[in-house]
Amino acid sequence: MTSVPKIELSGLTKSFDDKHVLRGIDLSIGKGESVVIIGGSGTGKSVTLKCILGLLDVDGGTVKIDGQNVTNLRGGALDAHQAKFGMLFQGSALFDSLPVWSNVAFKLIQSPHISAKEAKKRAIETLASVGLAPDVADIYPAELSGGMQKRVALARAIASRPEIIFFDEPTTGLDPIMADIINELIVKCVREVGATAVSITHDMTSARKISDRIAMLYDGRIIWQGRKDEIDHSGNPYVEQFIHGRAEGPIKMQVRKM
Amino acid sequence: MNPLALIGRTFIDFLSVVGRLARFAIRGVRHCFLPPFYFRQTLKQFLDIGYYSLPVVGLTTLFTGMVLALQSHTGFSRFDAESAIPTVVVLSITRELGPVMGGLMVAGRIGASIAAELGTMRVTEQIDALSTLSTNPFKYLIAPRLIAGTLMLPILVLIGDIIGVFGGFLVCVYDLQFNAANYISQTWQYLENRDVTSGLWKAAVFGFIITLMGCYHGFNSKGGAQGVGKATTNAVVSASILILVTNYLLTGLFFAGK
Repeated sequence: MTSVPKIELSGLTKSFDDKHVLRGIDLSIGKGESVVIIGGSGTGKSVTLKCILGLLDVDGGTVKIDGQNVTNLRGGALDAHQAKFGMLFQGSALFDSLPVWSNVAFKLIQSPHISAKEAKKRAIETLASVGLAPDVADIYPAELSGGMQKRVALARAIASRPEIIFFDEPTTGLDPIMADIINELIVKCVREVGATAVSITHDMTSARKISDRIAMLYDGRIIWQGRKDEIDHSGNPYVEQFIHGRAEGPIKMQVRKM
Repeated sequence: MNPLALIGRTFIDFLSVVGRLARFAIRGVRHCFLPPFYFRQTLKQFLDIGYYSLPVVGLTTLFTGMVLALQSHTGFSRFDAESAIPTVVVLSITRELGPVMGGLMVAGRIGASIAAELGTMRVTEQIDALSTLSTNPFKYLIAPRLIAGTLMLPILVLIGDIIGVFGGFLVCVYDLQFNAANYISQTWQYLENRDVTSGLWKAAVFGFIITLMGCYHGFNSKGGAQGVGKATTNAVVSASILILVTNYLLTGLFFAGK
C-alpha cells in the first residue's frame, strides 16, 4: 500500500487483571475501506474498537490514525480524536431521556451556532436517509422496536458525517429481513458519507454484505485477513470452522466473559 | 488464605477505592469550572435535586421539629424549664437535625436515582456513546449534578430549618398551650447567625457527597441489572455513612473550643 493507512494498529495488547484479551493486534485499514472483523464472542472484538476510540487505554502497541500516533490520548487531544468517529452500538445506546430527533442531532444541538429548529430539520433529513418518516422524530426511543432503534442509532452515527464509522454487531438481535435492511443501509450510508468503516460481527451474511475485506480475530490476534471472496478458500482451519459454524474444530469456546 | 494476608488485602483494596474516588472527585470538580457548560442539564438537575426534593425534606423536618418539642417538653417539665424549649428546638434544628435529616433523605432520593440512571447509561453503553458524540461525560453528566447538589442542599435545608422550627411551634402552641408570641420571641432570643450558617455549610458538603457518591457508583457500575442495583445500594449507604462522619468532623471544626 503506497498511501498512509487510515487506521493502523500495531502490536496492540490489552489485559484486564490477568486476562490477556488482546495479545498483539496488527491491522491496517485503508481510507474509504470497509473492514469486518469476525470472531466468536469474547475474543476481544469490542475491546479492539474501544481501544481505537480511546474509551479504553491500551497496555502496549500503537494506534495510528492518518499516520499520527493517537495511543492513550488525554484531555483535548482525546476529544479531537473522538470527534472523527461515529459509532453504532450493539444495543443502539440511544439516550432514552431525549426524543429521537435530539438523539440524531445530539452533536449539532451542543454547538452554539445552530438553532434547535435547524438541528431538527437536519435530524429529519438524516432520518429520511435511513428510511424513517418525519413523524418518528418526536417520539422517544423506548417506544420504537429494536430494528427501528438500530436505524435511529445508525442515523445518529452518520449525522455528523464522521471520517470513520464503527459498527458493533449491527445485526445482532434482529430478524433476517430487518438485518438485511440494516446491512443495505450501512453499505449505502458508508458510501454516501465516504467514511472508512470497521464492523465487528459474528453474522457471516452481514460480514459478506458490508465488507471489502474480512479479518478474523481469535485468541487476541488477527489470525487471517483477506478480501471477502477469499474467505471461502482461506485454507485456515479456524476460519473454516467459524464461517461454517461447526461445533467441532480447533476453536475452543470461551467460557468466561472478557 | 492467611489471615494477615486477608487484612492486608482488605486494607489495600480500601486504599485503592479511596484513591479512585479522590481522582474521580477531582476530575468532576475540574469539569465544573471548565467550559463548555451544559446549562440545560444543570438547570434540570437544579429542579430534580432542589425543587422535587422539597416535599420530602419539608415533611422530614416538620415532624422532626414536632417530636423534638414533645420530647424536650417531657424532659424540661421535670425541672420547670419549659421556657428553654424554643431555644432547644431552633438550635437543634439549625445546627444538626436540619442538615443531617435533610441530607439523609436526599441521599435516599437523589443518590439512588443518580446511581440508577448513570448505572443504566453505563451498562447500555450510553456513556460510551456520549464520548463518540464529542461530549465529555464528565461535563455532561457529572458536573451538572455536582453543582446542583452542592448549591441546592443549603437552600433546601434553609427552608427545612424554617419548617422544622414551625413544627416545634405548632406542637408547643396548639398541644402544650404555650403563648405564640412568647414562643417566637424566645426562638429568636438566643439564635446566632453562626447556628444557621454552620448548618448551611454542612448542607453544601452533604450535597456534594450525595451527588459524588451517586455519580461515582453509577458511572463505574458494571454487569447488567444486578450491577446497577449494587451501585444504587452502595451510593445510598456510602453517602449516608459519609454524611454522619463528616457531620461529626465539621461540628468539631465549626465549634472547636465553644
